[in-house]
Amino acid sequence: MAKTPQTQNRRWIVTAVPYLWMVIFFLVPFFIVLKISFSNSEIAQPPYSPVFDFIVDGWDEMLDKLASLTTDNYLRLIQDSIYSSSYLSSLWIAGSSTVMMLFIAYPIAYGMARAPKSWRPTLVMMVILPFWTSFLIRVYAWIAILSEEGLLNSALTWLGVIDEPIQILSTNTAVYIGILYSYLPFMVLPLYSNLEKMDDSLIEAAKDLGCTQIGAFWRVTFPLSLPGVIAGCFLVFIPAVGEFVIPDLLGGSDTIMIGKTMWEEFFNNRDWPAASGVAIALLIILMIPIMIFQTNEARQQEAGR
Amino acid sequence: MKRLSLFNVVSLTIGFTFLYLPIVLLVIYSFNAGRSVAVWGGWSTKWYGSVFENQQLLDAAWITLKVGVLSASVATILGTMAAIALARHGRFHGRTLFSAMVYAPLVMPEVITGLSLLLLFVALNIDRGFWTIVLSHITFTMCFVAVVVQSRLSSFDRSIEEAALDLGCTPFMTFFRITLPIILPAVISAWMLAFTLSLDDLVIASFTTGPGATTLPMKIYSDVRLGVKPEINAICSLMVAVVTIAVIIASVLTKHQEVERERAERLAANAP
Repeated sequence: MAKTPQTQNRRWIVTAVPYLWMVIFFLVPFFIVLKISFSNSEIAQPPYSPVFDFIVDGWDEMLDKLASLTTDNYLRLIQDSIYSSSYLSSLWIAGSSTVMMLFIAYPIAYGMARAPKSWRPTLVMMVILPFWTSFLIRVYAWIAILSEEGLLNSALTWLGVIDEPIQILSTNTAVYIGILYSYLPFMVLPLYSNLEKMDDSLIEAAKDLGCTQIGAFWRVTFPLSLPGVIAGCFLVFIPAVGEFVIPDLLGGSDTIMIGKTMWEEFFNNRDWPAASGVAIALLIILMIPIMIFQTNEARQQEAGR
Repeated sequence: MKRLSLFNVVSLTIGFTFLYLPIVLLVIYSFNAGRSVAVWGGWSTKWYGSVFENQQLLDAAWITLKVGVLSASVATILGTMAAIALARHGRFHGRTLFSAMVYAPLVMPEVITGLSLLLLFVALNIDRGFWTIVLSHITFTMCFVAVVVQSRLSSFDRSIEEAALDLGCTPFMTFFRITLPIILPAVISAWMLAFTLSLDDLVIASFTTGPGATTLPMKIYSDVRLGVKPEINAICSLMVAVVTIAVIIASVLTKHQEVERERAERLAANAP
Protein backbone atom coordinates (compact mmCIF):
# COMPACT_ATOMS: atom_id res chain seq x y z
CA MET A 1 0.00 0.00 0.00
CA ALA A 2 1.26 3.42 -0.88
CA LYS A 3 1.81 5.41 2.27
CA THR A 4 0.24 8.82 2.21
CA PRO A 5 2.21 11.62 3.87
CA GLN A 6 -0.51 11.75 6.54
CA THR A 7 -0.01 8.15 7.67
CA GLN A 8 3.73 8.71 7.70
CA ASN A 9 3.07 11.60 10.07
CA ARG A 10 1.06 9.48 12.43
CA ARG A 11 3.74 6.82 12.54
CA TRP A 12 6.21 9.51 13.46
CA ILE A 13 4.03 10.59 16.42
CA VAL A 14 3.96 7.07 17.90
CA THR A 15 7.74 7.22 18.25
CA ALA A 16 8.03 10.90 19.06
CA VAL A 17 5.76 11.09 22.08
CA PRO A 18 7.45 8.44 24.25
CA TYR A 19 10.84 9.51 22.88
CA LEU A 20 10.31 13.10 23.95
CA TRP A 21 8.97 11.99 27.33
CA MET A 22 12.06 9.91 28.03
CA VAL A 23 14.37 12.70 26.90
CA ILE A 24 12.69 15.19 29.24
CA PHE A 25 12.21 12.93 32.26
CA PHE A 26 15.13 10.54 31.93
CA LEU A 27 17.97 12.00 29.89
CA VAL A 28 17.83 15.69 30.80
CA PRO A 29 17.68 14.99 34.57
CA PHE A 30 21.04 13.23 34.33
CA PHE A 31 22.65 16.34 32.93
CA ILE A 32 21.11 18.34 35.76
CA VAL A 33 22.53 15.86 38.29
CA LEU A 34 25.89 16.16 36.54
CA LYS A 35 25.75 19.97 36.72
CA ILE A 36 24.75 20.01 40.39
CA SER A 37 27.51 17.57 41.25
CA PHE A 38 29.89 20.40 40.32
CA SER A 39 28.03 22.96 42.42
CA ASN A 40 28.64 24.25 45.94
CA SER A 41 26.43 23.32 48.83
CA GLU A 42 24.52 26.29 50.27
CA ILE A 43 22.05 26.83 53.06
CA ALA A 44 19.44 28.26 50.75
CA GLN A 45 16.50 27.31 48.61
CA PRO A 46 17.51 25.42 46.45
CA PRO A 47 20.48 24.29 48.58
CA TYR A 48 23.19 24.69 45.94
CA SER A 49 24.88 27.43 43.97
CA PRO A 50 25.26 28.69 41.31
CA VAL A 51 21.70 28.60 40.01
CA PHE A 52 21.64 29.23 36.28
CA ASP A 53 18.83 31.31 34.89
CA PHE A 54 19.05 31.32 31.13
CA ILE A 55 16.49 34.08 30.69
CA VAL A 56 17.63 36.62 33.28
CA ASP A 57 21.39 36.01 33.25
CA GLY A 58 23.58 38.05 30.96
CA TRP A 59 26.62 36.59 29.21
CA ASP A 60 29.12 37.79 31.82
CA GLU A 61 27.03 36.59 34.69
CA MET A 62 26.84 33.21 32.99
CA LEU A 63 30.63 33.01 32.73
CA ASP A 64 31.03 34.01 36.39
CA LYS A 65 28.69 31.26 37.41
CA LEU A 66 30.47 28.73 35.21
CA ALA A 67 33.76 29.72 36.87
CA SER A 68 32.32 29.08 40.32
CA LEU A 69 31.64 25.42 39.52
CA THR A 70 33.86 23.13 41.52
CA THR A 71 35.21 19.60 41.55
CA ASP A 72 35.25 19.56 45.37
CA ASN A 73 32.49 16.98 45.57
CA TYR A 74 34.53 14.54 43.51
CA LEU A 75 37.70 15.23 45.48
CA ARG A 76 35.75 14.41 48.62
CA LEU A 77 34.57 11.15 47.06
CA ILE A 78 38.19 10.12 46.68
CA GLN A 79 39.53 11.52 49.94
CA ASP A 80 36.77 10.61 52.38
CA SER A 81 37.01 6.87 53.04
CA ILE A 82 33.30 6.58 53.84
CA TYR A 83 32.56 6.85 50.11
CA SER A 84 35.13 4.43 48.80
CA SER A 85 34.24 1.85 51.45
CA SER A 86 30.54 2.32 50.61
CA TYR A 87 31.21 1.65 46.95
CA LEU A 88 33.41 -1.35 47.65
CA SER A 89 31.06 -2.92 50.17
CA SER A 90 28.06 -2.33 47.85
CA LEU A 91 29.85 -4.02 44.98
CA TRP A 92 30.95 -6.87 47.24
CA ILE A 93 27.50 -7.44 48.78
CA ALA A 94 25.74 -7.20 45.41
CA GLY A 95 28.31 -9.41 43.67
CA SER A 96 28.38 -12.17 46.25
CA SER A 97 24.61 -12.23 46.61
CA THR A 98 24.30 -12.49 42.81
CA VAL A 99 26.52 -15.58 42.83
CA MET A 100 24.59 -17.12 45.73
CA MET A 101 21.37 -16.28 43.93
CA LEU A 102 22.50 -18.16 40.82
CA PHE A 103 22.98 -21.30 42.91
CA ILE A 104 19.55 -20.93 44.51
CA ALA A 105 17.63 -19.87 41.41
CA TYR A 106 19.04 -22.28 38.85
CA PRO A 107 17.62 -25.45 40.45
CA ILE A 108 14.24 -23.73 40.83
CA ALA A 109 14.17 -22.54 37.22
CA TYR A 110 15.39 -25.94 36.03
CA GLY A 111 12.67 -27.70 38.01
CA MET A 112 10.07 -25.35 36.56
CA ALA A 113 11.25 -25.94 33.01
CA ARG A 114 11.05 -29.71 33.51
CA ALA A 115 7.62 -29.65 35.12
CA PRO A 116 4.66 -30.91 33.06
CA LYS A 117 3.59 -28.33 30.51
CA SER A 118 0.19 -27.79 32.10
CA TRP A 119 1.77 -26.81 35.44
CA ARG A 120 4.20 -24.29 34.04
CA PRO A 121 1.95 -21.21 33.78
CA THR A 122 0.90 -21.76 37.40
CA LEU A 123 4.50 -22.13 38.53
CA VAL A 124 5.51 -18.94 36.70
CA MET A 125 2.54 -17.22 38.31
CA MET A 126 3.66 -18.44 41.73
CA VAL A 127 7.14 -16.98 41.21
CA ILE A 128 5.74 -13.65 40.04
CA LEU A 129 3.04 -13.30 42.71
CA PRO A 130 5.36 -12.35 45.62
CA PHE A 131 7.01 -9.87 43.26
CA TRP A 132 3.64 -8.14 42.87
CA THR A 133 3.26 -7.75 46.60
CA SER A 134 5.12 -4.76 47.88
CA PHE A 135 8.88 -4.84 48.10
CA LEU A 136 8.67 -2.94 51.38
CA ILE A 137 6.26 -5.50 52.82
CA ARG A 138 8.55 -8.36 51.87
CA VAL A 139 11.51 -6.70 53.56
CA TYR A 140 9.35 -5.83 56.54
CA ALA A 141 8.23 -9.46 56.88
CA TRP A 142 11.85 -10.44 57.50
CA ILE A 143 12.21 -8.00 60.40
CA ALA A 144 9.67 -10.00 62.39
CA ILE A 145 11.44 -13.24 61.49
CA LEU A 146 15.04 -12.20 62.10
CA SER A 147 14.78 -9.92 65.13
CA GLU A 148 16.15 -11.04 68.48
CA GLU A 149 12.75 -12.03 69.87
CA GLY A 150 11.67 -12.97 66.34
CA LEU A 151 10.30 -16.17 64.90
CA LEU A 152 13.60 -17.67 63.76
CA ASN A 153 15.24 -17.24 67.14
CA SER A 154 12.16 -18.63 68.91
CA ALA A 155 12.11 -21.62 66.58
CA LEU A 156 15.82 -22.31 67.00
CA THR A 157 15.60 -21.99 70.79
CA TRP A 158 12.58 -24.30 70.87
CA LEU A 159 14.44 -26.85 68.77
CA GLY A 160 17.37 -26.61 71.15
CA VAL A 161 19.84 -25.51 68.46
CA ILE A 162 20.77 -22.36 70.36
CA ASP A 163 20.59 -21.45 74.06
CA GLU A 164 20.14 -17.74 73.71
CA PRO A 165 18.97 -15.57 70.82
CA ILE A 166 21.58 -14.76 68.18
CA GLN A 167 21.65 -11.41 66.51
CA ILE A 168 20.78 -11.66 62.83
CA LEU A 169 18.80 -8.47 62.26
CA SER A 170 21.01 -5.40 61.88
CA THR A 171 23.89 -7.46 60.47
CA ASN A 172 25.13 -8.03 56.95
CA THR A 173 23.68 -11.56 57.07
CA ALA A 174 20.22 -10.02 57.23
CA VAL A 175 21.07 -7.82 54.23
CA TYR A 176 22.12 -10.90 52.24
CA ILE A 177 18.91 -12.71 53.19
CA GLY A 178 16.90 -9.63 52.19
CA ILE A 179 18.56 -9.34 48.78
CA LEU A 180 18.32 -13.07 48.05
CA TYR A 181 14.67 -13.05 48.97
CA SER A 182 13.61 -9.86 47.21
CA TYR A 183 15.45 -10.41 43.94
CA LEU A 184 14.86 -14.15 43.53
CA PRO A 185 12.16 -13.76 40.82
CA PHE A 186 14.52 -11.55 38.77
CA MET A 187 16.94 -14.45 38.52
CA VAL A 188 14.44 -17.32 38.22
CA LEU A 189 12.35 -15.86 35.39
CA PRO A 190 15.07 -15.14 32.79
CA LEU A 191 16.64 -18.53 33.54
CA TYR A 192 13.30 -20.27 33.23
CA SER A 193 12.33 -18.60 29.96
CA ASN A 194 15.68 -19.66 28.56
CA LEU A 195 15.63 -23.23 29.87
CA GLU A 196 12.04 -23.74 28.81
CA LYS A 197 12.83 -23.09 25.15
CA MET A 198 15.71 -25.55 25.16
CA ASP A 199 15.48 -28.44 22.77
CA ASP A 200 15.45 -31.72 24.73
CA SER A 201 16.81 -33.70 21.82
CA LEU A 202 20.19 -32.00 22.33
CA ILE A 203 20.46 -33.56 25.79
CA GLU A 204 19.25 -36.89 24.45
CA ALA A 205 21.92 -36.68 21.78
CA ALA A 206 24.61 -35.87 24.37
CA LYS A 207 23.53 -38.85 26.41
CA ASP A 208 23.46 -41.14 23.38
CA LEU A 209 27.00 -40.06 22.65
CA GLY A 210 28.06 -41.18 26.11
CA CYS A 211 27.63 -38.16 28.34
CA THR A 212 26.46 -38.73 31.87
CA GLN A 213 23.47 -36.80 33.18
CA ILE A 214 25.73 -34.28 34.91
CA GLY A 215 28.12 -34.12 31.97
CA ALA A 216 25.23 -33.35 29.62
CA PHE A 217 24.10 -30.59 31.93
CA TRP A 218 27.53 -28.92 32.07
CA ARG A 219 28.35 -29.38 28.41
CA VAL A 220 24.96 -28.70 26.82
CA THR A 221 22.30 -27.23 29.10
CA PHE A 222 24.39 -24.72 31.02
CA PRO A 223 26.30 -23.18 28.08
CA LEU A 224 23.03 -22.82 26.15
CA SER A 225 21.38 -21.09 29.10
CA LEU A 226 24.12 -18.44 29.34
CA PRO A 227 22.02 -15.56 27.90
CA GLY A 228 19.48 -16.26 30.66
CA VAL A 229 22.26 -16.42 33.24
CA ILE A 230 23.65 -13.07 32.06
CA ALA A 231 20.22 -11.41 32.04
CA GLY A 232 19.42 -12.75 35.51
CA CYS A 233 22.77 -11.82 37.03
CA PHE A 234 22.61 -8.24 35.83
CA LEU A 235 18.94 -7.85 36.76
CA VAL A 236 20.00 -8.75 40.30
CA PHE A 237 23.44 -7.17 40.49
CA ILE A 238 22.77 -3.68 39.13
CA PRO A 239 19.78 -2.72 41.32
CA ALA A 240 21.33 -4.48 44.33
CA VAL A 241 24.41 -2.22 44.17
CA GLY A 242 22.23 0.85 44.62
CA GLU A 243 19.81 -0.79 47.05
CA PHE A 244 18.56 1.43 49.85
CA VAL A 245 15.57 -0.16 51.60
CA ILE A 246 17.23 -3.50 52.43
CA PRO A 247 20.45 -2.17 54.05
CA ASP A 248 18.45 0.53 55.80
CA LEU A 249 15.82 -1.71 57.37
CA LEU A 250 17.67 -5.03 57.76
CA GLY A 251 21.28 -3.88 58.06
CA GLY A 252 22.98 -2.38 61.07
CA SER A 253 24.88 0.84 61.54
CA ASP A 254 28.01 -0.88 60.24
CA THR A 255 26.29 -1.92 57.01
CA ILE A 256 27.37 0.74 54.58
CA MET A 257 26.01 0.62 51.08
CA ILE A 258 26.18 3.41 48.57
CA GLY A 259 22.40 3.83 48.19
CA LYS A 260 22.13 4.37 51.93
CA THR A 261 25.10 6.78 51.99
CA MET A 262 23.53 8.82 49.21
CA TRP A 263 20.13 8.84 50.90
CA GLU A 264 21.69 10.11 54.14
CA GLU A 265 23.72 12.73 52.29
CA PHE A 266 20.54 13.96 50.69
CA PHE A 267 17.89 13.70 53.40
CA ASN A 268 19.92 14.00 56.61
CA ASN A 269 22.75 16.34 55.59
CA ARG A 270 20.75 18.12 52.88
CA ASP A 271 23.93 18.23 50.81
CA TRP A 272 22.52 17.99 47.31
CA PRO A 273 25.77 18.52 45.40
CA ALA A 274 27.48 15.72 47.38
CA ALA A 275 24.52 13.39 46.79
CA SER A 276 24.69 14.22 43.06
CA GLY A 277 28.40 13.45 43.00
CA VAL A 278 27.75 10.08 44.65
CA ALA A 279 25.02 9.37 42.09
CA ILE A 280 27.23 10.24 39.11
CA ALA A 281 30.07 8.08 40.42
CA LEU A 282 27.64 5.19 40.98
CA LEU A 283 26.33 5.61 37.47
CA ILE A 284 29.84 5.50 36.04
CA ILE A 285 30.56 2.30 38.00
CA LEU A 286 27.34 0.71 36.76
CA MET A 287 27.77 1.89 33.16
CA ILE A 288 29.63 -1.21 32.02
CA PRO A 289 27.24 -3.75 33.61
CA ILE A 290 24.26 -1.78 32.25
CA MET A 291 25.72 -1.81 28.75
CA ILE A 292 26.42 -5.55 28.90
CA PHE A 293 22.85 -6.08 30.07
CA GLN A 294 21.41 -3.98 27.25
CA THR A 295 23.47 -5.64 24.54
CA ASN A 296 22.41 -9.03 25.86
CA GLU A 297 18.73 -7.96 25.88
CA ALA A 298 18.91 -6.49 22.38
CA ARG A 299 20.53 -9.67 21.08
CA GLN A 300 17.83 -11.78 22.72
CA GLN A 301 15.12 -9.58 21.21
CA GLU A 302 16.64 -9.88 17.73
CA ALA A 303 16.96 -13.65 18.12
CA GLY A 304 13.35 -13.86 19.26
CA ARG A 305 12.05 -12.39 16.03
CA MET B 1 9.04 -37.06 27.76
CA LYS B 2 10.42 -34.90 30.53
CA ARG B 3 10.04 -36.20 34.05
CA LEU B 4 10.54 -34.40 37.31
CA SER B 5 13.37 -35.99 39.24
CA LEU B 6 13.49 -36.03 43.01
CA PHE B 7 16.04 -33.21 42.82
CA ASN B 8 13.61 -31.07 40.82
CA VAL B 9 10.78 -31.67 43.27
CA VAL B 10 12.95 -30.87 46.28
CA SER B 11 14.35 -27.67 44.78
CA LEU B 12 10.88 -26.48 43.75
CA THR B 13 9.49 -27.20 47.22
CA ILE B 14 12.32 -25.43 49.02
CA GLY B 15 12.22 -22.52 46.58
CA PHE B 16 8.51 -21.89 46.94
CA THR B 17 8.63 -22.32 50.71
CA PHE B 18 11.34 -19.67 50.85
CA LEU B 19 9.25 -17.36 48.66
CA TYR B 20 5.99 -17.76 50.54
CA LEU B 21 6.78 -18.49 54.17
CA PRO B 22 7.61 -14.89 55.19
CA ILE B 23 4.41 -13.56 53.62
CA VAL B 24 2.29 -16.32 55.18
CA LEU B 25 3.82 -15.63 58.61
CA LEU B 26 3.16 -11.91 58.17
CA VAL B 27 -0.51 -12.56 57.41
CA ILE B 28 -0.90 -15.04 60.29
CA TYR B 29 0.66 -12.64 62.79
CA SER B 30 -1.61 -9.81 61.65
CA PHE B 31 -4.35 -11.78 63.46
CA ASN B 32 -2.29 -12.00 66.65
CA ALA B 33 -4.14 -10.59 69.65
CA GLY B 34 -0.89 -9.77 71.46
CA ARG B 35 1.37 -6.82 70.69
CA SER B 36 4.43 -9.00 70.21
CA VAL B 37 5.54 -10.07 66.77
CA ALA B 38 6.70 -13.51 67.89
CA VAL B 39 4.56 -14.58 70.85
CA TRP B 40 1.16 -15.84 69.87
CA GLY B 41 -1.59 -14.32 71.99
CA GLY B 42 -4.68 -15.78 70.37
CA TRP B 43 -6.72 -14.84 67.30
CA SER B 44 -8.03 -11.35 66.92
CA THR B 45 -9.01 -8.94 64.18
CA LYS B 46 -8.55 -5.85 66.33
CA TRP B 47 -5.54 -4.58 64.36
CA TYR B 48 -7.67 -4.46 61.23
CA GLY B 49 -10.12 -2.33 63.18
CA SER B 50 -7.39 0.07 64.23
CA VAL B 51 -6.17 0.35 60.60
CA PHE B 52 -9.58 1.63 59.59
CA GLU B 53 -9.59 4.14 62.44
CA ASN B 54 -6.17 5.49 61.50
CA GLN B 55 -7.00 8.50 59.32
CA GLN B 56 -3.36 9.14 58.33
CA LEU B 57 -3.02 5.59 56.98
CA LEU B 58 -6.30 5.85 55.09
CA ASP B 59 -5.31 9.19 53.54
CA ALA B 60 -1.96 7.77 52.49
CA ALA B 61 -3.69 4.72 50.99
CA TRP B 62 -6.08 6.93 49.01
CA ILE B 63 -3.22 9.06 47.61
CA THR B 64 -1.27 5.92 46.70
CA LEU B 65 -4.26 4.50 44.88
CA LYS B 66 -4.83 7.70 42.90
CA VAL B 67 -1.15 7.94 41.96
CA GLY B 68 -1.18 4.27 40.94
CA VAL B 69 -4.25 4.44 38.68
CA LEU B 70 -3.23 7.72 37.01
CA SER B 71 0.41 6.86 36.44
CA ALA B 72 -0.27 3.26 35.34
CA SER B 73 -2.82 4.46 32.77
CA VAL B 74 -0.58 7.08 31.20
CA ALA B 75 2.44 4.77 31.41
CA THR B 76 0.49 2.03 29.61
CA ILE B 77 -0.32 4.36 26.71
CA LEU B 78 3.22 5.76 26.45
CA GLY B 79 4.85 2.37 27.00
CA THR B 80 2.69 0.71 24.35
CA MET B 81 3.64 3.47 21.91
CA ALA B 82 7.30 2.93 22.74
CA ALA B 83 6.89 -0.83 22.25
CA ILE B 84 5.30 -0.30 18.82
CA ALA B 85 8.09 2.08 17.86
CA LEU B 86 10.71 -0.48 18.86
CA ALA B 87 9.00 -3.55 17.42
CA ARG B 88 7.51 -2.14 14.22
CA HIS B 89 9.26 0.98 13.07
CA GLY B 90 12.48 -0.66 12.02
CA ARG B 91 15.60 1.45 12.11
CA PHE B 92 14.62 5.04 12.69
CA HIS B 93 16.89 7.91 13.50
CA GLY B 94 18.04 7.77 17.12
CA ARG B 95 16.79 4.24 17.73
CA THR B 96 19.85 3.22 19.74
CA LEU B 97 19.39 6.08 22.17
CA PHE B 98 15.67 5.33 22.38
CA SER B 99 16.08 1.65 23.20
CA ALA B 100 18.79 2.54 25.71
CA MET B 101 16.41 4.96 27.41
CA VAL B 102 13.71 2.27 27.48
CA TYR B 103 15.91 -0.50 28.92
CA ALA B 104 18.08 1.51 31.32
CA PRO B 105 15.37 2.39 33.88
CA LEU B 106 14.68 -1.35 34.35
CA VAL B 107 17.95 -1.71 36.19
CA MET B 108 18.62 1.88 37.24
CA PRO B 109 19.02 2.14 41.02
CA GLU B 110 15.97 3.92 42.37
CA VAL B 111 18.04 6.40 44.37
CA ILE B 112 19.50 7.75 41.12
CA THR B 113 16.15 7.96 39.31
CA GLY B 114 14.59 9.65 42.33
CA LEU B 115 17.36 12.19 42.79
CA SER B 116 17.56 13.07 39.10
CA LEU B 117 13.80 13.62 38.81
CA LEU B 118 13.75 15.75 41.95
CA LEU B 119 16.54 17.95 40.60
CA LEU B 120 14.62 18.29 37.32
CA PHE B 121 11.51 19.48 39.18
CA VAL B 122 13.58 21.91 41.23
CA ALA B 123 15.31 23.24 38.10
CA LEU B 124 11.95 23.71 36.37
CA ASN B 125 10.55 25.32 39.53
CA ILE B 126 7.60 22.91 39.70
CA ASP B 127 5.83 22.67 43.08
CA ARG B 128 6.47 19.22 44.41
CA GLY B 129 3.64 17.00 45.60
CA PHE B 130 1.03 14.69 44.15
CA TRP B 131 1.65 15.50 40.48
CA THR B 132 5.41 15.22 40.62
CA ILE B 133 5.03 11.70 42.06
CA VAL B 134 2.65 10.86 39.21
CA LEU B 135 5.09 12.17 36.58
CA SER B 136 7.97 10.21 38.13
CA HIS B 137 5.96 7.02 38.33
CA ILE B 138 4.88 7.34 34.70
CA THR B 139 8.52 7.67 33.72
CA PHE B 140 9.90 4.61 35.46
CA THR B 141 6.89 2.31 34.93
CA MET B 142 6.45 3.00 31.20
CA CYS B 143 9.69 1.15 30.54
CA PHE B 144 8.34 -2.01 32.15
CA VAL B 145 5.18 -1.61 30.05
CA ALA B 146 7.26 -1.21 26.89
CA VAL B 147 9.22 -4.40 27.59
CA VAL B 148 6.12 -6.49 28.35
CA VAL B 149 4.18 -5.25 25.30
CA GLN B 150 7.19 -5.46 22.99
CA SER B 151 7.74 -9.12 23.77
CA ARG B 152 4.11 -9.82 22.81
CA LEU B 153 4.41 -7.73 19.63
CA SER B 154 7.51 -9.53 18.46
CA SER B 155 5.85 -12.93 18.87
CA PHE B 156 2.78 -12.45 16.72
CA ASP B 157 2.03 -13.01 13.10
CA ARG B 158 2.56 -9.73 11.28
CA SER B 159 0.85 -10.95 8.12
CA ILE B 160 -2.54 -10.26 9.75
CA GLU B 161 -1.58 -6.62 10.12
CA GLU B 162 -0.30 -6.51 6.56
CA ALA B 163 -3.53 -8.09 5.32
CA ALA B 164 -5.58 -5.40 7.07
CA LEU B 165 -3.42 -2.69 5.50
CA ASP B 166 -3.76 -4.30 2.08
CA LEU B 167 -7.53 -4.42 2.49
CA GLY B 168 -7.57 -0.66 2.92
CA CYS B 169 -7.36 -0.12 6.68
CA THR B 170 -5.41 2.90 7.77
CA PRO B 171 -2.52 2.11 10.15
CA PHE B 172 -4.59 3.78 12.86
CA MET B 173 -7.59 1.50 12.27
CA THR B 174 -5.34 -1.52 11.88
CA PHE B 175 -3.96 -0.87 15.32
CA PHE B 176 -7.34 -0.60 17.01
CA ARG B 177 -9.03 -3.42 15.09
CA ILE B 178 -6.24 -5.96 14.72
CA THR B 179 -3.17 -5.24 16.81
CA LEU B 180 -4.73 -4.01 20.03
CA PRO B 181 -7.20 -6.90 20.46
CA ILE B 182 -4.34 -9.38 20.00
CA ILE B 183 -1.92 -7.70 22.37
CA LEU B 184 -4.64 -6.75 24.88
CA PRO B 185 -3.74 -9.41 27.48
CA ALA B 186 -0.15 -8.13 27.45
CA VAL B 187 -1.37 -4.53 27.70
CA ILE B 188 -3.59 -5.41 30.66
CA SER B 189 -0.84 -7.21 32.50
CA ALA B 190 1.50 -4.32 31.71
CA TRP B 191 -1.01 -1.94 33.30
CA MET B 192 -1.18 -4.18 36.36
CA LEU B 193 2.60 -4.29 36.56
CA ALA B 194 2.84 -0.50 36.30
CA PHE B 195 0.12 -0.13 38.92
CA THR B 196 1.77 -2.43 41.45
CA LEU B 197 5.21 -0.90 40.83
CA SER B 198 3.68 2.47 41.61
CA LEU B 199 1.91 1.17 44.75
CA ASP B 200 5.18 -0.31 45.83
CA ASP B 201 7.56 2.55 45.31
CA LEU B 202 9.13 4.15 48.37
CA VAL B 203 12.40 5.61 47.14
CA ILE B 204 11.35 7.59 44.06
CA ALA B 205 8.22 8.92 45.80
CA SER B 206 10.28 10.02 48.83
CA PHE B 207 12.54 12.07 46.59
CA THR B 208 9.86 13.65 44.42
CA THR B 209 7.13 14.29 46.96
CA GLY B 210 6.26 17.59 48.57
CA PRO B 211 4.17 18.75 51.50
CA GLY B 212 0.86 16.96 51.89
CA ALA B 213 1.56 14.04 49.59
CA THR B 214 2.53 11.04 51.72
CA THR B 215 2.08 7.71 50.01
CA LEU B 216 1.36 4.47 51.84
CA PRO B 217 4.90 3.05 51.44
CA MET B 218 6.30 6.29 52.88
CA LYS B 219 3.92 6.06 55.83
CA ILE B 220 4.71 2.37 56.39
CA TYR B 221 8.43 3.07 56.13
CA SER B 222 8.35 5.81 58.76
CA ASP B 223 6.26 3.57 61.05
CA VAL B 224 8.58 0.58 60.54
CA ARG B 225 11.57 2.69 61.49
CA LEU B 226 9.90 3.28 64.84
CA GLY B 227 9.48 -0.45 65.37
CA VAL B 228 7.34 -3.38 64.28
CA LYS B 229 3.69 -2.73 65.03
CA PRO B 230 0.77 -5.12 64.56
CA GLU B 231 -1.16 -2.45 62.63
CA ILE B 232 1.54 -2.54 59.98
CA ASN B 233 1.08 -6.30 59.71
CA ALA B 234 -2.62 -5.71 59.19
CA ILE B 235 -2.24 -3.03 56.51
CA CYS B 236 0.43 -5.12 54.75
CA SER B 237 -1.84 -8.18 54.81
CA LEU B 238 -4.63 -6.09 53.30
CA MET B 239 -2.29 -4.98 50.50
CA VAL B 240 -1.21 -8.57 49.90
CA ALA B 241 -4.86 -9.61 49.70
CA VAL B 242 -5.76 -6.84 47.23
CA VAL B 243 -2.82 -7.63 44.96
CA THR B 244 -3.43 -11.40 45.10
CA ILE B 245 -7.10 -11.00 44.19
CA ALA B 246 -6.25 -8.57 41.36
CA VAL B 247 -3.60 -10.90 39.93
CA ILE B 248 -5.91 -13.91 40.10
CA ILE B 249 -8.72 -11.99 38.37
CA ALA B 250 -6.31 -10.79 35.68
CA SER B 251 -4.96 -14.27 35.05
CA VAL B 252 -8.48 -15.73 34.82
CA LEU B 253 -9.45 -12.96 32.38
CA THR B 254 -6.44 -13.46 30.13
CA LYS B 255 -6.87 -17.23 30.28
CA HIS B 256 -10.49 -16.82 29.24
CA GLN B 257 -9.41 -14.59 26.38
CA GLU B 258 -6.74 -17.04 25.24
CA VAL B 259 -9.33 -19.82 25.18
CA GLU B 260 -11.71 -17.64 23.16
CA ARG B 261 -8.95 -16.74 20.74
CA GLU B 262 -7.91 -20.34 20.27
CA ARG B 263 -11.49 -21.30 19.55
CA ALA B 264 -11.79 -18.49 17.01
CA GLU B 265 -8.56 -19.57 15.37
CA ARG B 266 -9.77 -23.18 15.15
CA LEU B 267 -13.05 -22.02 13.62
CA ALA B 268 -11.18 -19.89 11.12
CA ALA B 269 -8.89 -22.79 10.21
CA ASN B 270 -11.84 -25.13 9.64
CA ALA B 271 -13.79 -22.65 7.59
CA PRO B 272 -14.20 -23.78 3.98
